[in-house]
Amino acid sequence: MTLLSILGVLSSAIFSGTSLLYTTLGEVIDERAGIVNLGLEGVLLVSASSGFAVTAISGNPYLGILVAMLAGGLMNMILGYLAITRKANQLASGLALMFFGFGLSALIGKPFVAVKIHSLDRFLLPGMASLPLKYSSLFKFDLLIYLVIPVAILVWWFLYRTRWGLSVRAVGENAETAYASGRNPRRIRYQALFVGGMLAGLGAAHLSIAYTMNWTENMTAGRGFIAVALVIFSKWDPLRAIVGALVFSGAVAFQLLLQSSGVQVSSFLLDTIPYILTLIVLIAWGGNRRHSAPAMLGRVYQGSE
Amino acid sequence: MTKIAETVNRFPAGGQKVLQTVVRYLLMILLACIMFGVILVIAGKDPIASYKDILSSTLGSAYGFSEVIVSMIPMLLTALAVALPFKVGLINIGGEGQLYIGAAFATFGALTFPNLPAWVLLPLMVILGMLGGALWAFIPGYLKSIGLVNETITSLLLNSVAPKIVGFLILGFWHSPRDTVRTPNFVDAARLSTFFGTRVHLGLVIGLILLIVFWLVMKYTRWGLEMGAIGSNPQAARRNGIPLAKYLVVIMCLGGAIAGLAGMVQVSGFYGTLFPNFSMGLGFMGFMICWLAGGDPLGIVLMAFVVSVIYSGGNLLQLTRGLPYAVINILLAFTLFIVLGRPNFFKGKKS
Amino acid sequence: MPVQPAAQPNPGPFVSLRGITKSFPGVLANAAIDLNLYASEIHALLGENGAGKSTLMKILYGFYRADSGQILLNGKPISIRSPRDARSIRIGMVFQDFSLIPALSVAENIALFLPHLPFVLNHKEINRRILDFSKRYDLQVNPGALVSQLSIGEQQKVEILKLLLADARLLILDEPTRVLAPHEAEALFKILNGLRKDGYTIVLITHKMKDVLECADRITVLRGGHLAGTLLRSDASEDKLVALMFEKKLTPLNVKPRSVQLEAGVPLLELRAAETRAAGLETSLKAIDLKVHAGEIVGVAGVSGNGQKELGDLALGMIKCARGRKFLFGRDYTHRSIQQVRRNGVGYIPENPLTMAIAPFMTVLQNMALTRTWKYSRVGGLRMDWKEVKADAEYTMQALEFSFPLYVPARSLSGGNLQRMVIVREMTQEPRLIIASYLTRGLDVQSTIAARQALIQARENGAGVLLISEDLEELFTLCDRLIVLFGGEVAGSFKPEDTNIYEVGHLMTGSEGQHDKNR
Repeated sequence: MTLLSILGVLSSAIFSGTSLLYTTLGEVIDERAGIVNLGLEGVLLVSASSGFAVTAISGNPYLGILVAMLAGGLMNMILGYLAITRKANQLASGLALMFFGFGLSALIGKPFVAVKIHSLDRFLLPGMASLPLKYSSLFKFDLLIYLVIPVAILVWWFLYRTRWGLSVRAVGENAETAYASGRNPRRIRYQALFVGGMLAGLGAAHLSIAYTMNWTENMTAGRGFIAVALVIFSKWDPLRAIVGALVFSGAVAFQLLLQSSGVQVSSFLLDTIPYILTLIVLIAWGGNRRHSAPAMLGRVYQGSE
Repeated sequence: MTKIAETVNRFPAGGQKVLQTVVRYLLMILLACIMFGVILVIAGKDPIASYKDILSSTLGSAYGFSEVIVSMIPMLLTALAVALPFKVGLINIGGEGQLYIGAAFATFGALTFPNLPAWVLLPLMVILGMLGGALWAFIPGYLKSIGLVNETITSLLLNSVAPKIVGFLILGFWHSPRDTVRTPNFVDAARLSTFFGTRVHLGLVIGLILLIVFWLVMKYTRWGLEMGAIGSNPQAARRNGIPLAKYLVVIMCLGGAIAGLAGMVQVSGFYGTLFPNFSMGLGFMGFMICWLAGGDPLGIVLMAFVVSVIYSGGNLLQLTRGLPYAVINILLAFTLFIVLGRPNFFKGKKS
Repeated sequence: MPVQPAAQPNPGPFVSLRGITKSFPGVLANAAIDLNLYASEIHALLGENGAGKSTLMKILYGFYRADSGQILLNGKPISIRSPRDARSIRIGMVFQDFSLIPALSVAENIALFLPHLPFVLNHKEINRRILDFSKRYDLQVNPGALVSQLSIGEQQKVEILKLLLADARLLILDEPTRVLAPHEAEALFKILNGLRKDGYTIVLITHKMKDVLECADRITVLRGGHLAGTLLRSDASEDKLVALMFEKKLTPLNVKPRSVQLEAGVPLLELRAAETRAAGLETSLKAIDLKVHAGEIVGVAGVSGNGQKELGDLALGMIKCARGRKFLFGRDYTHRSIQQVRRNGVGYIPENPLTMAIAPFMTVLQNMALTRTWKYSRVGGLRMDWKEVKADAEYTMQALEFSFPLYVPARSLSGGNLQRMVIVREMTQEPRLIIASYLTRGLDVQSTIAARQALIQARENGAGVLLISEDLEELFTLCDRLIVLFGGEVAGSFKPEDTNIYEVGHLMTGSEGQHDKNR
């Protein structure tokens, strides 16, 4: 295990973890408002496919990214309508959204399988260019990767330092009290869903447009569920999610490293690492109120007047 | 002495209610079909011809029909695995994982005891399957009871872990000599027998029997009464002396056992072998079917049938219309959206 | 900002309520009540449960709308249609169960209710303002602490700070000392005094004499929805206040003469030094010694919230003793389950049948079987003998002269019929011990009479009854013995003929003063 290979794992983790982190940040906002989105997988697929399609047609990856974000927001609006306005069960609504996403993305993406696109440029940060090539080439990242940590900090800032973030968190903890303070819990949940959906769309865009640069059916391969687990692992905190995303995506890259150094560990077992880690974290912090989920997560707000 | 109030059963005739429900469901499915038809048009396909394809391939031929039944079988069980806990107010979202672990346990039985006669081996596999599922359902329940760990979250996590464990077991220990991605084929003694040259297997009988038993238990027995009381008002049930905690644990494990049984039925009756990711969302599908059916056994059979028709029909759609198979999910999703959105088709009546 | 103290004389009342009338289905909560509230005063609103205190203040806070009457602000009539309106004219209210979010910090909870919150939160500024008020009025809390980490007393301080920072000038506190330890209550009174000096108006809703006598400037007593009187503190004494609160005419009840019986034999129910640990805002029971014998009705008097619910649940087995013992029919039942308790002949009629005793979506007949499913199950549980359920129920219905439909969903029954249904169900098993909690709360006259008859009947048949009630009339006419619950403890134990409503009233309000025995 050389420095090069370790750095290689890190680079790979950063590449694949970026989309995971954006998605997780979106889901953090949703869950803070009290809504769990089991349909995240479907949302990601629709965003990835539509963003990819637009990029292929227009030749402009930035346009594709914007469309992907919009698609994500709109998909979440469906969940919002069912869970907030029609007061349906969130789990069932999320699953329905997931199936919808499977189908719609296949439809949108079909003409674009194996199509090549003009992707985002990759570049080095100014300081890195002086390193030897074999190291610096590992860290040629695209714009979205460089932006992901600032965005995470921005999400943190929104949640904890703004009036809107306070409203979101209040709604997710106790919608009745939020209502008593003059806020509209339903509207705030819709807003959270839309913003969260846009971030998820951004993550999906990075996956199809910037990272793999292609589209295949079900290319997200469970990332939606991993993101839900990651939200829990990070205890609903955007900053912790940064570390978590690295750890979770590092696990996959780590597995390749192990294999190449001759250590035989089942890829299946390594795939369980994100979930087992989350379970351990859940159990370890289970008794401590500070680390529990937003109190209204998953519950329908019946509302008064 | 005051006259005893009219105690004759004046409940509206059951038949009228059933008719209303069926019509409501038909309308919802029709609405979903229309919406999907719009999608097809946008995609440049002929909706009428597409629906004709779906119906002809599924209901038009005896074999097509039997294929629909085959794919229905596991969903009957995974839906029941959600419906039973639902009666006491529990939401079992862990069916997917319970199914995998049940299949793994059953496979263990099949591979370890290939020389037992069928009448011993099959019941053994049934028990193993149920045991595996029950165990996987017990974990979230137990964690919930000792700490503040939300059982929905743990169930979802375990759903993702279970298929990987199965993959690991296959790859590491159980794979057939020639093929590293599946176990060797089960011996005949470990296979549920099929009917009439189709692929419909004994699992159908098991599923239907369990659904009937479920219905009978809820309607006539003491446990059904107590479970209904718990579901209706858990604290009152407790005050009335019903052992709430015991019921919750037992019923959750029972739900898991049924999902595990679904796994056993799939590997023994349908596949005859175990391979990774053999369940394409059967657990989640069962969850949705139970939701569509409102937890009612007859509704489960009907909805499982409808969902099977949709999915089997999707196969042909892919061949003849050039649509990716996954597109059929849209039709299912629309049906779900409409049922979840609870529209009021009958004026003045609540859904 | 503290309001200017009364250096500029403004003799008129700050807020006035005139002729406020409010009724809910079946009950007249407020009947033409007048109330004047001045700046720089602590005004106690005193009365039993059901007197209408909470309703009146909820109308002032915009939670309810009065049927008729006026609210005046500085002499001018205003309309308050929602809590938001109330807050905009600087009225704030702290409810009994607090409206704090445990997972958020003190500062965030307060910020949530600030009227003009900028988009970007300025934590420094908010903390500074919190500390200002904290120092000034001795409301010390750590702004950064999570509410879940605070004690109840500290949480109450946060609630008060919430009102102060939101610029309230009139603070309404609903039963603030119910959940406080004695030293915390003292601290609260000091804080209220400090606020009063700075010109704030404070309304204290309470049933406790101590609260009133320690800090009120003026006292308004409500009784049965009517204004019983308003006094200055200097004119008030415990006796006067108890008289205003509890003046009742005992209407003759059609009670059959009590059969003379001795306290013979083993008590049906006995609690020895029983203690419970309450979670959060519930009441802990302390040192409860209680006996119920066959053929007697033991009444538990007290304002609700002083441990009544906990006592009923303890007797049933719904909550367990943290210390002490519970004996049923002479045997130690401290750790036994509810099923065992019921199986041995205990019936329970809880205070709210719809939420506590029945399965709303099942039929009445099905509900009848729920407490004794073992008795009616056949073939090992495979079948239920509905014929026998029906026969048993009808037999009891005849005996009690009750009638209600059997085949409808339980929740479609009226409140009165629900109570009758529960009574029939519990009586059918001919229980040896009945625990009845607020038996006649919310019932119409007919149902009330019927319910009380049923208890008397049971007593005649040799059963023992533990009757928890807030209706003193009911307790005095039905019970053979009476105990008073206050603050989770037994404040007194008598035979009704040895005491009177005023003595009991004193104990219910926590006062131990001398009283006039001749009343």
